[in-house]
Amino acid sequence: MDSSTFFGLSTVAYILAMVTYIIYLAFKKESLGIVATALTVAGFVSQTLAFGLRWKEFYDIGQMGILRAVPLTNLYESLIFFVWCLILAYLIIEFKYKNRSFGAFVTPVAGLALAFIDISGMSTNIQPLVPALQSNWLLAHVMMSFIAYAMFAISFSTGLMYLIVRTENRNEPAYIFWTVMLSIFIITLSAMGLDYFTFRVAIQSQEELIKSYLFKASFMSSSSSVAVLSWGIAAAFTFFIWRFGGTLKKIIAGFNISHEMLDEITYKSIAIGFPIFTLGGLIFGAIWADQAWGKYWTWDPKETWSLITWFFYAFYLHSRLMRGWKGKKVAIVAVLGFMAVIFTYLGVNLLLSGLHSYGAQ
Amino acid sequence: MEKEKEKKTITDKVWDLFASVKLAIIIFSLIALTSIVGTIVEQQAEPERNLKLLAKMFGESSAPTIYSVLDSLGFMNMYHSWWFVGLLLLFAANLIICSFDRLPRVLKMVNEKVRPLPPEHLEKMSIKKAVSLKGKASQFRELGVSALNDIGFKPLESSGEQGTQFYAEKGNFTRLGVYITHLSILIILAGAIIGIFFGFNAFLNLPEGETSSVAFQDRGVEVPLGFALRCDNFEVDYYPNSDMPKAYRSWLTVIKNGREVMKKSIVVNDPLVYEGITFYQASYGPVPNAMGNGIFILKLISKNGNSEQVQAKLGDSFAIPGTSVRGKIVDFSPALSIDPSGRAFTYADQLVNPAVAIEFSDSGEKKFSGWLLKRYPKTWDLPDGNRVEFMDYWGVEYTGMQVRKDPGVWIVYLGCFIMAAGLYITFFMSHKRVWVNISEDKNEVKVLIGASANRNRAAFEHKIEKLAGLLSAGPKGGK
Ligand code: HEM
Repeated sequence: MDSSTFFGLSTVAYILAMVTYIIYLAFKKESLGIVATALTVAGFVSQTLAFGLRWKEFYDIGQMGILRAVPLTNLYESLIFFVWCLILAYLIIEFKYKNRSFGAFVTPVAGLALAFIDISGMSTNIQPLVPALQSNWLLAHVMMSFIAYAMFAISFSTGLMYLIVRTENRNEPAYIFWTVMLSIFIITLSAMGLDYFTFRVAIQSQEELIKSYLFKASFMSSSSSVAVLSWGIAAAFTFFIWRFGGTLKKIIAGFNISHEMLDEITYKSIAIGFPIFTLGGLIFGAIWADQAWGKYWTWDPKETWSLITWFFYAFYLHSRLMRGWKGKKVAIVAVLGFMAVIFTYLGVNLLLSGLHSYGAQ
Repeated sequence: MEKEKEKKTITDKVWDLFASVKLAIIIFSLIALTSIVGTIVEQQAEPERNLKLLAKMFGESSAPTIYSVLDSLGFMNMYHSWWFVGLLLLFAANLIICSFDRLPRVLKMVNEKVRPLPPEHLEKMSIKKAVSLKGKASQFRELGVSALNDIGFKPLESSGEQGTQFYAEKGNFTRLGVYITHLSILIILAGAIIGIFFGFNAFLNLPEGETSSVAFQDRGVEVPLGFALRCDNFEVDYYPNSDMPKAYRSWLTVIKNGREVMKKSIVVNDPLVYEGITFYQASYGPVPNAMGNGIFILKLISKNGNSEQVQAKLGDSFAIPGTSVRGKIVDFSPALSIDPSGRAFTYADQLVNPAVAIEFSDSGEKKFSGWLLKRYPKTWDLPDGNRVEFMDYWGVEYTGMQVRKDPGVWIVYLGCFIMAAGLYITFFMSHKRVWVNISEDKNEVKVLIGASANRNRAAFEHKIEKLAGLLSAGPKGGK
């Protein structure tokens, strides 16, 4: 068996876990919770095996040192590593706080990432390294960036939950914020899923993905009635979440997760993610660029977006120090921070051109 | 108090503004938002490119107007515009003044030593534990010290009416972590500014065999190096059966005052540094119009082991040592491939798969001819058992180097290191204090523990639980 078999298994396990966690939230059956955890652990083990196997496959092909063969060199591999870190962090939290309900918020992030891999038909081939990527700094840079992204993803989930638990009134800005955020998240995931089931093609380049496939089964469909219908459904769905969001609050409240705990996890994961991101994402990235190109900072879009993300989280850390900003406002900053992370990682490659090799893949 | 407020001067107000976290948050947002614009509009690009982009976003008719507005605001080269640099300076000022404003208070906290506290005080601490045990208080004194040692504290002792108290603290300096982090940002900015004023960025395309004592900036401005650099050779290594470069390498010689002072080969990620100027392997390519004029370096090995290295040009002939076999170089291709009908053709103008066609003759009589490929040693063996190794085709490629002088880079690195240390201290260490009060009450020993940590309280609570466990186990040996 090769690595892709195990990756496939883990994807299936995570998606099943996501569904089980959501059912568990709805019905509160302890046995369901155990099944969900077991599925997550199974997925994690399988993914770990896959990662190791791919490392070996890469080593056999690349004919370079074992450290240079870490499979973290393209979008596909880095997304998979991100999911791995995220699930590991989640399992630690589940164990530490003895609370499963976060699973329903974290596994969808993992699911979205893996679904994205599938629908984008991203190249899963092992490619040998171009010279600029043959650097140990790069390895540290990519690995630490993704560990930080995973921490930020956790803070996104708990920040969103915090807002769900803490908002009362449907006309409150924070309530509108989280319902819209959650809707966009679910709608994007579903639209991409739809693209996948409609086209089922392997896409050669990311440019092609954007131009020809992304949202072409729904919002950007060539048939205007499908497109209008999609926008209509999206609006209706958002309205539905907005109208009945209170139910979600009751469900989460039923699991006696206190809002203090959510705030604490949000802060803690950022407090861990921020230093790691600073060192691995910004500093090691700058050192690598300095060694490879002779410039530690060039304001290229990828670097600039990393800096924007960094400022978002600096904003978060400092806004907690301001009078009257505790609570909902900082949770909103945490949620927006993760939007910046997603854009730094995917948006820059897909929408903006960059010097970075991932973009040119 | 009221009166003092009224008396605030303008200077005080400006100081207060710059000392506030609120301004910091506004600046964070401004830098982030304007940077977003800078990543959408292509920086320092041809105007047409951005016009096209704007036309896509806002329509053909309004694009030129929007372009000229953005251009006059400096968005086309925004990271170097006066207002963006101004924003960064404002940010630095905010950081400096904010730190000066708060530092005295923090330093006081750092220097303040932990003192014994009355038991009532301990009962109100965020972490507290009370244990009652049989025995005499004096039996617990040694235990108190060793238990505190066990969890990593060196306690002081004080005795009073309310019993004996051990108290200790750790990590008071960690309160400075935030300031170290902030300082590091200023150091990095300072390093960047030094680099801008006292350094340069340039490039140099140097053909094999040539020497240059200048590099070039945009628009052809020459930068003197203060020494000369020669490219002795340039090579690309490819992955097997693919035209994807695995590594490319230049062999360079530094010449100062007519003497060779340094030799080094560089690859991507491993530059040459001389007198503060760094040469990075950046690109390569064929020298224009030179493809036919290079020098073939061939190693000739005869059947019976004689060998010799020769250099020849297109049209030249050579003899294989110790034999009567001669070869004549008749053709060359920088990238040879064979089409389905078996004919050779050139598929690229870069030297991705160099090949040389040689006609061989023995004692003047034509024997055979064929292509020798540099990347396929199998093609080097001749049918008669002799061998011609195609070592290199020299003098037709240039190496492209990024040339940089940046005396500020070490300051930036220092700043990065300090930032890492500062963040570690800020987020992973804390100022911890612990008090253990031991008193005697009717044959019972009452142990009261109080503790506090400014960060990571949960982890410290575990330690305190361990401490309570050690104390309630009682003195060993039951003295
Ligand atoms: C991007 C640049 C900056 C970074 C990375 C940064 C980083 C940090 C960090 C990590 C903390 C600790 C937060 C926490 O305890 O959770 C902090 C606190 C703080 N920062 Fe910044 N900071 C930056 C810019 C600024 C600026 C411009 C100001 C100017 C007012 C400022 C003022 C403060 C203050 C007053 C604190 C609280 C200190 C305390 O708790 O005693 N920071 N900063």
